[in-house]
Amino acid sequence: MTTLTGTTRLIRLGLRRDRILLPTWIVAIAGLAGATVASYTAMMSDAAQRLATATYAAGNPIARLMDGPASGTDLGAMSMVESYQVLAILTALMSAQAVVRHTRQDEETGRAELLGSAVVGRHARLSAALAIALGANVVLGLAVAGALVASDLGLTGALASGLAVAGVGWVFAGIAAIAAQVFATARGANAAVGAALGAAFLLRGVGDVLGHVADSGVQVISAWPSWLSPIGWGQQVRPFQEDNWWIAGLFVGLTVALASVAFALAGHRDVGAGMVPARTGPAYAAPALGSNLGLAWRLQRGTLLTWLGGLVALTAVFASVADSAEDLVAENDQLTEILARLAPQGTVVDLYFTLTMAIIGIAAAGYTVQVLLRMRAEETTGRLEPVLATAVHRRAWMGRHVTIAFVGTAAILALSGLAGGVVYGAMTGRWADGINGLVAAGLANAAAALALGGFVVAAFGLVPRWAGALAWSALTASLVVGQLGALLELPQTVLNLSPFTHVPAIPAEAFSATPVLILLGVAAALTAVGMLAFRHRDAGAVA
Amino acid sequence: MDDVIRIRSLVKSFGRTRALDGVDLTVTRGEVHGFLGPNGAGKSTTIRVLLGLLRKDAGEVSLLGRDPWRDAVPLHRRLAYVPGDVHLWPNLTGGEAIDLLGELRGRADRHRRDELVERFQLDPTKKCSTYSKGNRQKVAMVAGLAADVELFLLDEPTSGLDPLMETVFQDVVRQMRDDGATVLLSSHILAEAEALCDRISIIREGRVVETGTLAELRHLTRTSVHVTTQHPVTDLATLPGVSAVIADDDRSAQLEVESAQLGTVIEHLGPRGVVSLTCSPPTLEELFLRHYGTELNGRHRRDELVTAGTAGSEES
Repeated sequence: MTTLTGTTRLIRLGLRRDRILLPTWIVAIAGLAGATVASYTAMMSDAAQRLATATYAAGNPIARLMDGPASGTDLGAMSMVESYQVLAILTALMSAQAVVRHTRQDEETGRAELLGSAVVGRHARLSAALAIALGANVVLGLAVAGALVASDLGLTGALASGLAVAGVGWVFAGIAAIAAQVFATARGANAAVGAALGAAFLLRGVGDVLGHVADSGVQVISAWPSWLSPIGWGQQVRPFQEDNWWIAGLFVGLTVALASVAFALAGHRDVGAGMVPARTGPAYAAPALGSNLGLAWRLQRGTLLTWLGGLVALTAVFASVADSAEDLVAENDQLTEILARLAPQGTVVDLYFTLTMAIIGIAAAGYTVQVLLRMRAEETTGRLEPVLATAVHRRAWMGRHVTIAFVGTAAILALSGLAGGVVYGAMTGRWADGINGLVAAGLANAAAALALGGFVVAAFGLVPRWAGALAWSALTASLVVGQLGALLELPQTVLNLSPFTHVPAIPAEAFSATPVLILLGVAAALTAVGMLAFRHRDAGAVA
Repeated sequence: MDDVIRIRSLVKSFGRTRALDGVDLTVTRGEVHGFLGPNGAGKSTTIRVLLGLLRKDAGEVSLLGRDPWRDAVPLHRRLAYVPGDVHLWPNLTGGEAIDLLGELRGRADRHRRDELVERFQLDPTKKCSTYSKGNRQKVAMVAGLAADVELFLLDEPTSGLDPLMETVFQDVVRQMRDDGATVLLSSHILAEAEALCDRISIIREGRVVETGTLAELRHLTRTSVHVTTQHPVTDLATLPGVSAVIADDDRSAQLEVESAQLGTVIEHLGPRGVVSLTCSPPTLEELFLRHYGTELNGRHRRDELVTAGTAGSEES
């Protein structure tokens, strides 16, 4: 009997549990890769057009931030630059969630204890979880390569693209393995992975904005921060241009290092416990706990503060490079002209702020969804029943969580905008531009996040069993539509399904109240439907 | 005596599973009413309907004279609930969870709460995530039993408690009854029901199949008799209400007699010269087995299926 005894059996168990989930992720991500390439090919058939676009993408700091470092004029290379970041984020989420699901979540639910009492070695669960996640990424990498080859791209570049995608998945599997040891709840572990993902996005964004254009004029040489990010590494593979296979060594090396740390941590703690020992607390509740927002606030405040801190920091860093972005554009007359056409009423910085807050807005919707789904978690774990068996009205219980979700979303976006505005103001002296522009853009995006929140509330009330799947799918779909919708040439009706499509592009364009009011109206109506439905349905773990 | 709980022909289905199939249950004021049945018979579902957590499909349910679905909140101020499977917030301490639930109900009695914490030997300063099952159960128990209310709905409240705590629980329930409270105690621990309950209802496959005081239930069933006589007795099996006769020899036999026919049997035995006679009234367990015997033989699998269905629905 070794510490790995039973791993094979656990892998089979894990694959059985994930038999729908993982294939869905893999097909969706590979399908997305194929679809973006197909659209891009149709759009960029002519070489002169590609040269112009690549030159623009290399020189434009906004494109560098949103997409990544331009890598030449090859069709495959350009389409991968466009789509890679979304593919990488989705892959990281797939990978990390798989690891947390098979490690910490099992411990939290007590399943691990049952397994641990069987003939299963100490490290078998972690090994099995990693094997499943790493294997899924290999399959995903091959699937992405296959999708690209099917779109008439070369095999070598397609395999390099697969490597870039799978490599990020590997690293995030390793990060999740550590998070699952350190944090005592799956929620905490997933939150830590989310923070790591945000940091990876941020580092490569800053590195690419601060980078410089190569002599060819169609390639960006990224600055050092990009090399601190696994997403940055994936972009430095530069498939179809350089096909930097040696970066596979970075991915594998870091994954092995992260996994080793996770195994070492797993060997030094008890099953079910985190690394932070549980402390005792008050024997009596403070009066506030039983009051109006008390319990809901106690349950949700950690989530709120984490998201608030993360997104405030992200916006502040984005705002801190706005000034350099402006300088870069100013040096390039052609670029200035194109951007002026894109945002006739605003400046380059306005456009930059608009796009930045669009990203922060959809990230903040992640908070909205997470907080609202906490209601379902309370219900399925049986913690709702004793509360509803007291004199708490269902409407009141739900109202408190919805309030924290909605007010929290608006606060996160307003404060993120404010932080960004203050940083920009401090660097440029243009306080009013930064603060007004970013706060207004943040609040406009909040309306869209609330509409998505309304959808989650309605799902929770009407079809509770499907609430989680529907909520995360809606968020993912909004992300894909927002980032790749135009490129995929999705019909306007599909684009319109994402609430973020309707956010007025402020400060690049003038504020328009109608869409914001409609989004808020949709949020209110869906919330009302959800609360009414919850009043009339069975409540508790059996519902 | 008014009815605190009055349920008539209650039906509740989950998908294709008919969890409650016409439950009738009456609990009168001031009694401790035992609600017995194995896992999945419908005990918890009935209590959840009484709490207004589940919506009935058909039938009549009246709790303290009102509709538990429509008037859930005002009713909940007058009752306390102790679940059998307790889940608590991992980052709250036990003490905080007790106070929270007490304050949400609105009738927390700090003195009684402290007394119960003491009696159940619970450390209220520990985080709920570090409690064992028994200690989580104690938290729910203290939170529920400390309430100054007229009705207690206890759903297998002692599962996971050690025998010492079980005794404390029984003392507390007796004291509550003496104070005039009404208790619906769902259980599958028969000794507990036997020790505490004034009346008992037995539920099986979503129907209440028997209800009454323990004495009444016994009357409906058989008494075991062990008799030794001077003269041979061979015709016992032909007497009305006699069954399961096992003759040790022709002067000694074990038999089961329907309690109502016990007199006839004794009269029949009299002339044979009784040397010794032992009559054991049926234990609750035997009453219970009488209704569930078929399932124990494995012929009825429905209850296990219902239980499995409920467990399977706890997806994240």
